[in-house]
Amino acid sequence: MSRFIVVLLSAAFWLTACTKDVADDETSVPFAGRYQPLPGVTTLLRGATILTGTGSRLENADVLLSDGKIVAVGIDLDAEGAEVIDASDKWITPGVIDIHSHLGVYASPGTASSSDGNEATAPVTAQVWAEHSVWPQDPGFVTALAGGVTSLQILPGSANLIGGRGITLKNVPGRDVQSMKFPGAPYGLKMACGENPKRVYGGRGMAPSTRMGNVAGYRAAWIAAADYRDKMEAAANGEGEPPMRDLNLETLVGVLDGEILVHNHCYRADEMSVMLDLADEFGYKITAFHHAVEAYKIGDLLAENGTCAAMWADWWGFKMEAYDGIRENAALVDQAGACAIIHSDDAIGIQQLNQETAKVMGAAARAGIDIPPEHAIQWITRNVATALGIADEVGTLEPGKMADVVVWNGSPFSVYTRAERVYIDGALVYDRNNPAGNPVTDFSLGTSSLTGGAR
Amino acid sequence: MNHSMSKLAVLMIFLSGPVCAQTTAVIGGTVHTAGPAGTIENATVIIEDGVITAVGKNIATPSGAIIVNATGKFVTPGLFTPFGQLGLVEVGNSAGPLDAVQRGDQFTAGFDIADAFNPRSTLIAINRIEGVTRALIAPRSQGADGEGHTSHVISGLAAVVNLGDQSAPIDKRAAALVVNLGEQGAGLAGTSRVSALLVLRNALDEALDYRANKNAFERGQRRDYNYSVADLEALQGVLMGDIPLLAHVERASDIEVLIRLAAQYNIRAIVKGGTEAWMIADQLAAADIPVLMGPTANLPSSFDRINARRDAAGLLIEAGVKVGFVGSQSQTHNARNITQSAGNAVSEGLSWDEALRAITLAPAEIYGLADQIGSIEAGKQADIVIWPGDPLELTNYPEKVFINGDAIPMISRQTLLRDRYMQTETGKPPAFRH
Repeated sequence: MSRFIVVLLSAAFWLTACTKDVADDETSVPFAGRYQPLPGVTTLLRGATILTGTGSRLENADVLLSDGKIVAVGIDLDAEGAEVIDASDKWITPGVIDIHSHLGVYASPGTASSSDGNEATAPVTAQVWAEHSVWPQDPGFVTALAGGVTSLQILPGSANLIGGRGITLKNVPGRDVQSMKFPGAPYGLKMACGENPKRVYGGRGMAPSTRMGNVAGYRAAWIAAADYRDKMEAAANGEGEPPMRDLNLETLVGVLDGEILVHNHCYRADEMSVMLDLADEFGYKITAFHHAVEAYKIGDLLAENGTCAAMWADWWGFKMEAYDGIRENAALVDQAGACAIIHSDDAIGIQQLNQETAKVMGAAARAGIDIPPEHAIQWITRNVATALGIADEVGTLEPGKMADVVVWNGSPFSVYTRAERVYIDGALVYDRNNPAGNPVTDFSLGTSSLTGGAR
Repeated sequence: MNHSMSKLAVLMIFLSGPVCAQTTAVIGGTVHTAGPAGTIENATVIIEDGVITAVGKNIATPSGAIIVNATGKFVTPGLFTPFGQLGLVEVGNSAGPLDAVQRGDQFTAGFDIADAFNPRSTLIAINRIEGVTRALIAPRSQGADGEGHTSHVISGLAAVVNLGDQSAPIDKRAAALVVNLGEQGAGLAGTSRVSALLVLRNALDEALDYRANKNAFERGQRRDYNYSVADLEALQGVLMGDIPLLAHVERASDIEVLIRLAAQYNIRAIVKGGTEAWMIADQLAAADIPVLMGPTANLPSSFDRINARRDAAGLLIEAGVKVGFVGSQSQTHNARNITQSAGNAVSEGLSWDEALRAITLAPAEIYGLADQIGSIEAGKQADIVIWPGDPLELTNYPEKVFINGDAIPMISRQTLLRDRYMQTETGKPPAFRH
């Protein structure tokens, strides 16, 4: 109760102060973030095995958190004034980040009335923003927190060629989505290849009904966006009137200007290759392919283009374009020098991204590829932060970064391990050993999640 | 490349028929029997003609036996995935027939899914090289198609299959009759969960009437039934207690209704799903009704599953309920992930031995096959898996898998794809690497 009042007070403070944040910008930012860290204390986590997210592993080492930031990571840190947590026999990692979640937009319970992830009424809907569908009371946010997830991108679904804007959130309980928005994170744009758009629209006897129809649809959208951008620029230079504001084209221009990052649902290697050429044609970058079930076939192409592949560990066969999935996918992408990410796209999977990573490590070992824990952890921390454009703030345990930290009660790559303490901006947001202090969504009041569901 | 060729050749030979059985001795491993003998260190397992003939310490190795040294390894029974569609589907969506789904008014309990099983499906090799040796394959429901036809409340007969011997892949036909109650049944019956129950009760009542008046019916002196003779005949097995009624049901109140129904008709029931089963664990234990569940399904994903919790498996087993684990996400393509289900249940308080039983012996017991499979005991079929370490740990994959005593080739379409794309030195396209 008291924590809730603190949240209210700090939110109220922020409401009066938020204009300062956008003072540099001529135009006000719509739906501006109002995230405020929860209160925390200076904390020294002592004596753990630490996977820093930078590729290093430290033994019997400490992490010092203060004022919401990581102050130091090392051996025998000074603990003056800090709450000291004995973390011997524990493992510490950066907070886990999921690049592909539909929490809040496809919330639990999965009723038709809360199915808010696909604006499947036209194949190009860059004007819709996932944040306007996010229901913060989705119990899945809390269970994801118990799985160590501290940040996540909420994306529209994949019914459309261009599905709309994604939003990166801090995984803190909020009364509204604005109070969960990751400060300063760029927007994402969800695009989708393959079966889904052509099935959804082809099934209605409209375009696209084929993969070639998909590509024609993307190209038409980018042609319109480039034209809109040119007219806006011309008007800014005093040449003619600006066109009427168009939210769809405005978002696409944001991509062409490099301000909005493309997250492209795409399974097959050959389709990813076509999409890379499409991006070249219109001068934008694909930040990450999502699902990327066949990424292992084109690791070199991904590396050349600086495009990440965000993958499941082992999902395959549920549709034709997922038929060639292999457990070693992420490891082979990694070996090719490309950026590998393990994602969930699933409310259960997001709770065990560490386990999904472990399955890939084991499969890689079976194939003779050694992926040590200090390397693998980057697939669910640093590489994700990079692909979300938030790597300066999170993704590794380095001084000055946000204190998003997970204390695990063992190696995060053991099936028996659970996240024990989860800090977000230095605040202890989840404590496995103190269920009474953990968040419970409105929806879950009076249900078993108080006693067991989110333990 | 020659190496890959020879691996493929081995695969092809295997696909062409069973390998001749021989005597094999697995020596030196830590054998987790899942049976009364518990765990035996430094144990020997003798396999003759596909059957386990001896297990224990200090057992002499028969002369001429193939020796498999498992020193330092974990030896477990083959895994038994207790629900799914292995061999019934290749690709789930928009890619050919869905053999597990039957639409139309007649459920035909003569809808015997065993006849659709394809032991050469790519899914078989992909799952068995990770330790799955037995599976229940079940018909399933599906919502309305383009013409508005849903599948039936009663889906049909499930079967137990083995993932090894392709000349005799069916272990047991009519291992269960699959029905859909609760929310799922309501959707299929059109309106209410009560409608789904009425469909089931009507079928059982007609089957009882048919049994009592069979001669009159055959002479045309009994009323017409809604169900075909094939249906009514198949239902006799349920009414006789030979075929358990496997009911998809999640909500505690619906499970209580199922318990009463089973008692009323004196039939055996199995709960599939059972999100809220933990709330009435004592009733289930008293009624001897087992539960097939995915232990990581901890979200209130529908109003029938409001009281989902991650430690439900442990609570049920502690109360004396027999539990079999399925995957929370995929029960078919990734049936192999039942080890992850078991490991997660352990992390929430279940004992390791109970967790192993939930993916080996418990399913065998649930389907009445525990005298033949499910544990490493003399007299049982030799389904044996050798692991480099703890089989529930996600980083461990089997080194060797025996099904009915045969060591299967550790090759699948996925390992072939992997090996093709791990080779990068050739100047030719990947199609030339095989």
